[in-house]
Amino acid sequence: MEINQPIIVAENLVKRFGSFVANDHLTFTVGKGEIFGFLGANGAGKTTAMRILCGLSSPTSGKVTVAGFNVYTQTEKIKRNIGYMSQKFSLYDDLTVWENFQFYGGIYGLSAKKIQERTDELLGRLGLQEEKNRILKDIPLGWKQKLAFSVAVIHHPSIVFLDEPTGGVDPITRRQFWEMIYETAREGITVFVTTHYMDEAEYCQRVSIMVDGKIVALDTPAKLKQTYLATSMEEVFLKLARG
Amino acid sequence: MPASVIVENISKKFGETIALDSISFEVNAGELFGFIGPDGAGKTTLFRILTTLLLPGSGLVAIEGMDIVKDFRKIRDIMGYMPGRFSLYQDLTVEENLRFFAGIFKTTPEANYDLVKDIYSQIEPFKKRRAGKLSGGMKQKLALSCALIHRPKVLILDEPTTGVDAVSRKEFWEMLNRLKKTGISILVSTPYMDEASLCDRVALIQAGKLLSIDTPEAIISKFSNPLWAVHSRDLYSLLGDLRQFEATRTAFLFGQHIHLTVKGALSQGDLKLYLESKGHSEVEIKQIAPSIEDCFMELMV
Repeated sequence: MEINQPIIVAENLVKRFGSFVANDHLTFTVGKGEIFGFLGANGAGKTTAMRILCGLSSPTSGKVTVAGFNVYTQTEKIKRNIGYMSQKFSLYDDLTVWENFQFYGGIYGLSAKKIQERTDELLGRLGLQEEKNRILKDIPLGWKQKLAFSVAVIHHPSIVFLDEPTGGVDPITRRQFWEMIYETAREGITVFVTTHYMDEAEYCQRVSIMVDGKIVALDTPAKLKQTYLATSMEEVFLKLARG
Repeated sequence: MPASVIVENISKKFGETIALDSISFEVNAGELFGFIGPDGAGKTTLFRILTTLLLPGSGLVAIEGMDIVKDFRKIRDIMGYMPGRFSLYQDLTVEENLRFFAGIFKTTPEANYDLVKDIYSQIEPFKKRRAGKLSGGMKQKLALSCALIHRPKVLILDEPTTGVDAVSRKEFWEMLNRLKKTGISILVSTPYMDEASLCDRVALIQAGKLLSIDTPEAIISKFSNPLWAVHSRDLYSLLGDLRQFEATRTAFLFGQHIHLTVKGALSQGDLKLYLESKGHSEVEIKQIAPSIEDCFMELMV
């Protein structure tokens, strides 16, 4: 597949810890506004790769750029141009909704005016303007998850990394969350998702599957199902990961 | 023979919050019974009551004919419990943990080895390793071995597969299916709808209430509306346009399709024309069988 505007480019990314090869020559490209699923069993090397893409760790070898920046030398620029959200939300439970937005907006260097605008816009989209002054710990889990996502894109990053974002919420809230992801991708923000849950993979435009440090498959969910004669991504994953 | 677990009208409040609202169900010996619902639905509160760790606000529970309030000590002897959080001793080895849990129940790993052999043999090569150093899948197997080592009659597992990869999850369910053949009653909770089909019967739980209790097949057969899967090139606009479509009842994203129910009968031709008029290409419309997740959402709407 032709990638028009590459946002993440990895060529032969290798990461070793002593004699252990955590990432073994990973080569892939993710485009602007794409929803990309990054799958693998526990210990397959997903977290290691993700840390490198977020500018938190350097590869042993290989050429990797994120949002046009070099992962060896421009990690601070990378950090400014990405957003990150995990299932263990990074919001502050004893701050209000508004204070959380203000705090993260500040960290990313947005002006007070810009923070105000973006917070209004994001809360408006969620229909949560009325909740602005509520302390976060009093807010239901499903809302928190949506707020955590909004905070992760407050600075309009090139890419947002989602690390198992939707665990544990009810199926309707989960779908509202995916609708937010689609909306974000439409605005040109690339969405990079890791998950253990294969039905989640079906929402991605393309997915890669890692086994023992290597990418063993990378394609659209439809093509993968066709190639591996499977009816679901779960079946594709089990065929590849069980060997 | 009375059921192994009998729950009648259990309610529990924490301050103003109603965690459980008049819950009733029964689980038979040798049955694999699943509680399916999101975080905050009340699964853990219910399990804490069943394991005699928490008193119900009202209602009755009998485990193997014993009352959870009066006979709590006796119940603890015949109950195996694997909490949602890994709660073994991280700085004891695999082997020491197993011996410790057997010791608490005045037995030995050797006495009941046949029951845990299938599971424990998979981690036995690492028996000298500290529990804290095990991978997620191995921790899960050790926790299950420790919950079983006193040969309980009832086994309660609180979200054993949360955060575990698809391969380990599948193996875990296979273990449970072999285990129930020994006649043990197994109650397991999970937030993952697709695991419902692996249980004999399931209870769908949401906001402290049971939405439905039945075999997975029967729950699916109660879905009364025809269900349609609709696809076009631009899924996100498709969702918006389907919600604007006059006959639409519900429209939910499901991977690369949208699951649609309509008021009355659907004219596929009309829907196709409507979507094409909105500029959609590669439109596909087909009737499909609902999944447990479709049923859960139907019950929530």
